[in-house]
Amino acid sequence: MSETVATDYLDCLLKSWSIKSNEPLSWLNQLRARAIDHVSTQRLPTKRDEEWRFTDISALTRLSFQSAQPHTSLRAQDIEHLYLKEAKNSLVFVDGYYSPQLSTHIDPTVLQIGNLSTFLSTHASILESHFGQYARFDNNVFAALNTAFLHDCALIIAPKNTVIAEPVHLLFIATQSEVTSYPRCLIIGESGSNVTFVEDYVSLQEAAYVTNSVTEISLSANAHARHIRIQRESAQAYHLANCAVSLARGSNYQSVSISLGAQISRYNLNVQLIDEAAECAIDGLALISSNQLADTHTSIDHIKPNGISRQQHKCIVNDKAHAVFNGKIIVRPHAQQTNSSQSSRNLLLSKTAQIDTKPQLEIFADDVKCAHGATVGQLDQEEIFYLQSRGLSEATARSLLTYAFGAEIIDRISVSSLRQQLEQTVLNQTRGNKL
Amino acid sequence: MIVNNSKTLLLVQGLRASINGTEILKGIDLTVKSGEIHAIMGLNGSGKSTLAKVLAGHAAYEITAGTVRFEDKDLLELAPEDRARAGLFLAFQYPIEIPGVANTQFLRLAYNTIQAQRGKEELDPLEFDDFVREKMKLLDMNPDFLDRSVNEGFSGGEKKRNEILQMALLEPKLSILDEMDSGLDIDALKTVANGVNQIANKDNATILVTHYQRLLDYVVPDFVHIMQSGSIVLTGGKELALELETRGYDWVTANKRSIAGAIA
Repeated sequence: MSETVATDYLDCLLKSWSIKSNEPLSWLNQLRARAIDHVSTQRLPTKRDEEWRFTDISALTRLSFQSAQPHTSLRAQDIEHLYLKEAKNSLVFVDGYYSPQLSTHIDPTVLQIGNLSTFLSTHASILESHFGQYARFDNNVFAALNTAFLHDCALIIAPKNTVIAEPVHLLFIATQSEVTSYPRCLIIGESGSNVTFVEDYVSLQEAAYVTNSVTEISLSANAHARHIRIQRESAQAYHLANCAVSLARGSNYQSVSISLGAQISRYNLNVQLIDEAAECAIDGLALISSNQLADTHTSIDHIKPNGISRQQHKCIVNDKAHAVFNGKIIVRPHAQQTNSSQSSRNLLLSKTAQIDTKPQLEIFADDVKCAHGATVGQLDQEEIFYLQSRGLSEATARSLLTYAFGAEIIDRISVSSLRQQLEQTVLNQTRGNKL
Repeated sequence: MIVNNSKTLLLVQGLRASINGTEILKGIDLTVKSGEIHAIMGLNGSGKSTLAKVLAGHAAYEITAGTVRFEDKDLLELAPEDRARAGLFLAFQYPIEIPGVANTQFLRLAYNTIQAQRGKEELDPLEFDDFVREKMKLLDMNPDFLDRSVNEGFSGGEKKRNEILQMALLEPKLSILDEMDSGLDIDALKTVANGVNQIANKDNATILVTHYQRLLDYVVPDFVHIMQSGSIVLTGGKELALELETRGYDWVTANKRSIAGAIA
């Protein structure tokens, strides 16, 4: 690719950008204006950029996708299969636009959820103090684009010392082709709160489109959040996502992210343990085939002492698919007594599948416990033989072992209907592999 | 038990097998009839575990000579799963752990696969649960093991119980138990042996592969075979194992011919 083309792509987007005059809040428009400034000074990353060396997004530059327009003909019965039965509260966005008709919101007294416009008047100061504060866009052109073009946001505020038992479903549905949507989420866990939310990207058709999403999560002291992220976009889609998490003293963040869809997907997850004794558990699974590329870049940044982080990332790669994992763990000079572990395990199901995994430890404190490891392999012949010796055919044995490899991550999803759906997906995708 | 006129289940003749070009089995002859319990004893490296794996169909071994008949079938022609479906069972020395698959799922899948092969009724999860719990009592196993991942985090003794549980469920005609006693304390050994004894009957047969005589105090063999360097060098009754226990494997090496003459 040439950089000229890349610049054209951004130029095209820059031309279409304008401040919407019917939105009175100056801080939000200032944020957008700052973001568009950053877009204009950056270029699209290429494989010459270290952070993008395995992921070629030049195909994106050949597309001239416009911002998606509101699309309202979707009815609840069209998406019935997408609702989670455990989730009493769900916010549904269609091509990036909030749909109050498709959303369900049972109990506004306990949990404050909604979209941007419902909160702008009532929670302006809270929004202003969090919005755009965690997902940096000065060095990230996709986060800058999202911020510049954002027109709505899924918001969850878990009030102080409140435990919300049911998961909140944030459902992003793509219905149009050759458009770009800019989903945005902000989750604020006030001190001592406990919330579970599912961030779910789906498509109703096999179309080419771009999802450029940004999620920001801020947990105050002793807040707990479980974040389940499912990327099941169309097989032709481009999914470019950034998630930034800020963890205050004693807070606890648990994340399970599953990447199944998209032609090219990139998920950046940056977790900062900004105060003492914060804890995070980050689990990921990419299950891809044909010509898919799934790239996960994570950074876990221990800034203060006594933090705990645990990470397990798995990839199951079939056909000519390509999975990338880059997991950086930073332990800063003051972050003594940090306990961190990271594991990257990868399963290749065909001779043409490719995996690039790069665990990175950057440790600047001397009294810490950090372990990491990476494996890339095929199914174990002894395991296959064991199952065959119990009467299972070789094909069944392979499917079961592949399934088990993925199920270890899926089992960590706390929403049982979602877990069952995903287990079935893994079973279907792993049936009959040959290696 | 030795039963008059019982039918031959397994007939091994002149079996030779290699791994990566190294010959491990150098001409094995062995006949096992229904009702019988055989013990194959030998030091590490004598080839006894290889024999067990070759009979079960492990792909790493190349068969270079000999024949194996299992009832009316040419065993060496069958894939490992077809050997299992025909009624051969290998209890592994080191059972494989499968994180992510619940033990009960795995047990039911194996059970139903074998049942379907035999033209018998498959069980749904509820029916199977009742059935497997009954079998677990035989081995004094905690039902919690059903919900845990297959063998994951099981102690040595728990893994061996889980192997015998599979044997109890699958009701094989011929069971080969590879080093069933390794890693077991005496109580676990008794429990496992009790399970094996309850499963053994006049219509099936068992081959115990073991280094030590200890297991044979609890599962009493009809025949004892001693293997050295890939061959069976001595065959006798249960007293041969006791003799071996007191005199050691060196005694066999030094006196192969005279002992064989004395036993004959």
